[in-house]
Amino acid sequence: MNADVTLIDWSRAQFALTAMYHWLFVPLTLGLGVIMAIMESIYYKTGKEKWKRTAKFWMKLFGINFAIGVATGIILEFEFGTNWSNYSWFVGDIFGAPLAIEGIIAFFMEATFIAVMYFGWNKVSKGFHLSSTWLVVIGATISALWILVANAWMQNPVGMTFNPDTVRNEMTDFWALISPFAVDKFCHTVISSWLVGSAFVVGVSAYFLLKKRETEFALDSIRIAVITGTLGIVLSVITGDSSGHLIAQKQPMKLAAMEGLYDGSKGAGLTAIGILNPAKEPNDDNEAFLLDIKIPKMLSFLANRDFESFVPGVNDLINGYTKNDGTIELSTQEKMNRGKLAITALSDYSKAKEAKDETALVDAQKRLDDNFPYFGYGYFDSPEDAVPNVPLTFYAFRIMVCLAGYFFVLFIFVWIVNHRRKFEKMTWLQWVCLLSIPLAYITSQAGWIVAEVGRQPWAIQDILPVQAAVSDISASSVKTTFIIFAVLLTALFIAEVSIMVKQIKLGPAVEDELHK
Amino acid sequence: MQRIKTVKDFLKMYIDGFKSMTWGKTLWVIILVKLFIMFAILKVFFFPNFLNSHFDTDSQKSDFVKQQLIKSNINQNN
Repeated sequence: MNADVTLIDWSRAQFALTAMYHWLFVPLTLGLGVIMAIMESIYYKTGKEKWKRTAKFWMKLFGINFAIGVATGIILEFEFGTNWSNYSWFVGDIFGAPLAIEGIIAFFMEATFIAVMYFGWNKVSKGFHLSSTWLVVIGATISALWILVANAWMQNPVGMTFNPDTVRNEMTDFWALISPFAVDKFCHTVISSWLVGSAFVVGVSAYFLLKKRETEFALDSIRIAVITGTLGIVLSVITGDSSGHLIAQKQPMKLAAMEGLYDGSKGAGLTAIGILNPAKEPNDDNEAFLLDIKIPKMLSFLANRDFESFVPGVNDLINGYTKNDGTIELSTQEKMNRGKLAITALSDYSKAKEAKDETALVDAQKRLDDNFPYFGYGYFDSPEDAVPNVPLTFYAFRIMVCLAGYFFVLFIFVWIVNHRRKFEKMTWLQWVCLLSIPLAYITSQAGWIVAEVGRQPWAIQDILPVQAAVSDISASSVKTTFIIFAVLLTALFIAEVSIMVKQIKLGPAVEDELHK
Repeated sequence: MQRIKTVKDFLKMYIDGFKSMTWGKTLWVIILVKLFIMFAILKVFFFPNFLNSHFDTDSQKSDFVKQQLIKSNINQNN
């Protein structure tokens, strides 16, 4: 396809930049929200003032994060309209509903109840206040639901039909959007955010212990955070396993990239440790790994719930293969041919419509319908265009898994030593907890890299690749706005960190709520 | 402590809350400056909706996108 590669790369880079900055704020909102709501629930149940004080301090930090992060996601919507106008038009009807619901829920639930949460202490009943706090958390979580439903649809487009007259995909079944793919994505993303919130609370609490301040507050906070974090990781493993199984069915190329798997096999092993061969290209004779240790047959089991099943690699997906149910998966070249037929059929449909040739119109419509599942492949120059960045996907996946494992061990260990009242004396462990805060963000960001880099080159799986999704604009204008965003978002991040650090240093002793 | 019983009390909670803010005001300044930059500068000058700024009707927009999608394929086949 004659696409401006620089324009595509800058558009992708800009989207990645804004999404990753946006995702600095969101997981803390989701994770810290749950923790502070649990703390307030304990206050409601026990009536102990120390829990009210603890909850109020974390609400203060939640407020800072929420205020600075709010609306940063809207920048992504700007980019859709400017940089990705073909894509926006192509899918607009599908995205409209989830995003509208997100906006309404976010506005009414969060805006209404967040005010009660901050201004309503001693002005509403304890029960009403607690309900408001939980509704803020639920509101934030539900707004994440609709964004993730939209994202899941891009990775697994369902419940729509393509209208060649409007060149738009039109929703035929709203509830199909809430697919198992979307449910898994939502659960995995939201629950894994508890890890970030927990690591943040444990790290900040460790800071107070290192400073020998607010010991009881810090230990109480850690107790709640490690339980939440551990539970979050366990549930993330369950939802991650389910996601992996669905990816194997719907996005096998992503799974192959996650595993650095070029040649598929029956009883495929899961790469526990591996160093990819940088010289490796699809369909060449080089070894895929310089070093690897595999867990035998585990990949087959995780992908298909069958230790002996076949898992396709990058080469199989390019060359075609026989699936476990005996059906044949077309080669990428064949899919490209069918994609080109679909695009030609769209062109013919347009001409037939203009000429008012009913017979040609019906014929073009049939050819378009038959080949539409491969529409996006028609924009590839070669089958290798269908392969994502394997090293980035492979290593990001391992960084995510390893760090999640690290936090699981850390939280359990801190839980035990805190229970035995030894944590406050273990300075080294307090430092580890404090310094681990950035690692939690890296874990979360790595997960998104797996999800988004691994699905490349697709803007919409199989239907629209990024090269067909971009606007007909100049690369230099995208470059300019990239720099503007980098400056703006960095300024916001610096503001977040500096205000947060200032308030943390003041500590919970200062009765300095938003309204005081 | 005055409990909220009426809608008026509820609104008063909001008003009192905003009036008595200290460091929360800094956050509101950041929010407002951010929204101003996003909507009054970035959206207006740097992020016009590409299709809306070039075409008036949905029909024109769909024709343009259709040509974009078809053109890419034709170029490639040639």
